[in-house]
Amino acid sequence: MTLEIAPEKIAAVCRYLRDELQFVRLSAVTAVDRYPAEPRFEVVYLLHSIVRNQRLRLKCRLPGEAPEIDSVTGVWRAANWYEREVFDLVGVRFRNHPDLRRILMPEDWSGHPLRKDYPVTGQKYNYTGEAL
Amino acid sequence: MTLNMGPQHPSTHGVLRMILELDGETVIQASCDIGYLHTGIEKECEQKTWQQVVTLTDRIDYLCPLTNNLCYCLAVEKLLGLEIPPAAQWMRVLLNELTRINSHLIWLGTHSLDLGAMSLFLYCFREREDILRIFEMFSGQRMMTSYFRIGGLALEPPRGWQQAVGKFIDAFPSRVDEYEDLLTRNPIWMRRTKGVGYAALEDLLDLGVTGPMIRAAGLAWDIRKSEPYSSYEEFDFDVPTRTEGDVYARYQVRVEEMRQSARIVKQALDGMPSGPYTADAPQVVLPDREKMKTQMEALIYHFKIVTEGFRVPEGEVYQVVESPRGEMGYYVVSDGTSKPYRVFIHGPSFGNLQGLPKMVEGRLVSDAIAVLGSIDFVLGDVDR
Repeated sequence: MTLEIAPEKIAAVCRYLRDELQFVRLSAVTAVDRYPAEPRFEVVYLLHSIVRNQRLRLKCRLPGEAPEIDSVTGVWRAANWYEREVFDLVGVRFRNHPDLRRILMPEDWSGHPLRKDYPVTGQKYNYTGEAL
Repeated sequence: MTLNMGPQHPSTHGVLRMILELDGETVIQASCDIGYLHTGIEKECEQKTWQQVVTLTDRIDYLCPLTNNLCYCLAVEKLLGLEIPPAAQWMRVLLNELTRINSHLIWLGTHSLDLGAMSLFLYCFREREDILRIFEMFSGQRMMTSYFRIGGLALEPPRGWQQAVGKFIDAFPSRVDEYEDLLTRNPIWMRRTKGVGYAALEDLLDLGVTGPMIRAAGLAWDIRKSEPYSSYEEFDFDVPTRTEGDVYARYQVRVEEMRQSARIVKQALDGMPSGPYTADAPQVVLPDREKMKTQMEALIYHFKIVTEGFRVPEGEVYQVVESPRGEMGYYVVSDGTSKPYRVFIHGPSFGNLQGLPKMVEGRLVSDAIAVLGSIDFVLGDVDR
């Protein structure tokens, strides 16, 4: 089942789902780039309740210019890396995320590879080595 | 002291980089730096036709390639609404369980190698060699088999496959007994793994951990039982659990899972239904090769499917399977064309690695090695 949620309400909705409806597990947070449709980004939350044996999908549409949404790491700690991955590959910022930085691409990469307007062949990059 | 357990390290099971803050030998803080194996598979999937993506999926969790294939094929078959014949479903289960045994053998071999029990490594790989020969018999490839396709199997099973699989599975339980003889009551093994790497069940679930680690912490959650797929509900097997939640418990759970998988393979072998190995969907499934050479319609279908690809109706699906590491899921979005619009791969190791700091902080560096082995992650899963 899929629910479309207004982006401002996502943290409250997730907290309710975890506390009242036992959706204790967050399977993943991911994003789909619907370029050139607006609102451009669709952030998808995949929830799971073991007790009820049910899965739920939440979707939030965000505009293409400076997309931002509240982080749900306060509800499920699992969201930490998934939101970092969405930030890294798609470019959506998560407010109040404890550690929002790139996770898969090198730290000084520019651009967000999974966007539809990012070339498949990538871009030239000189590996400079990272600080510890 | 900050210690970099760098991407090149024999015990990090791939290119994982751990940054450990140490006080003597005790780990105060651990953090993971991933992304060294990121090859952009998800972006690549958007450029290929639906059938071509199957070969990409093999390489994500390369220690259980058939499981990846299965998950992706099930997801697309759901979108297409295809009905897969029972013979194909049972064959998928059989090969999937052989893949689970394969993956657990690698886990056991490398885990014990890390902790010093080096001879077990070669015994596990001796068994694995038999499994790889079986895969080669089926698909021509030892590892990246791509044997499951959308609509069924890629090729008909080869002549003599029952003897090969039967020979392996009859000898296998006694081999598992051999491994248990070497490790389960071994005082060094018990000292190194009992009580190590414990984390509470609620913490593990909250951090996104799935699979044998959850079962070793007490919750009997197996997707093959709770959300059965590909006719798993027709098979009779147990879901092993333990309550201690440490590295030793995970070891016991996975060894027991190997035995249960052998049970499933035996049932599949004995009761394999006869019938077609691909769905009756000429728009999606490549026609028989001989028919293609002699009949015009078959030739046209073959040409269209290979060059243009087939179209999948608009929609999206999140399909999960129980991979040897946990919950593997494919979130597939289709926009009605012959290429996927978005494929998000939920690799179980990505979530499992998030639990690492909790299990390692406050313990010694050598315990960190034991915990890394017990998580059984694959960097292909993590980084894609």
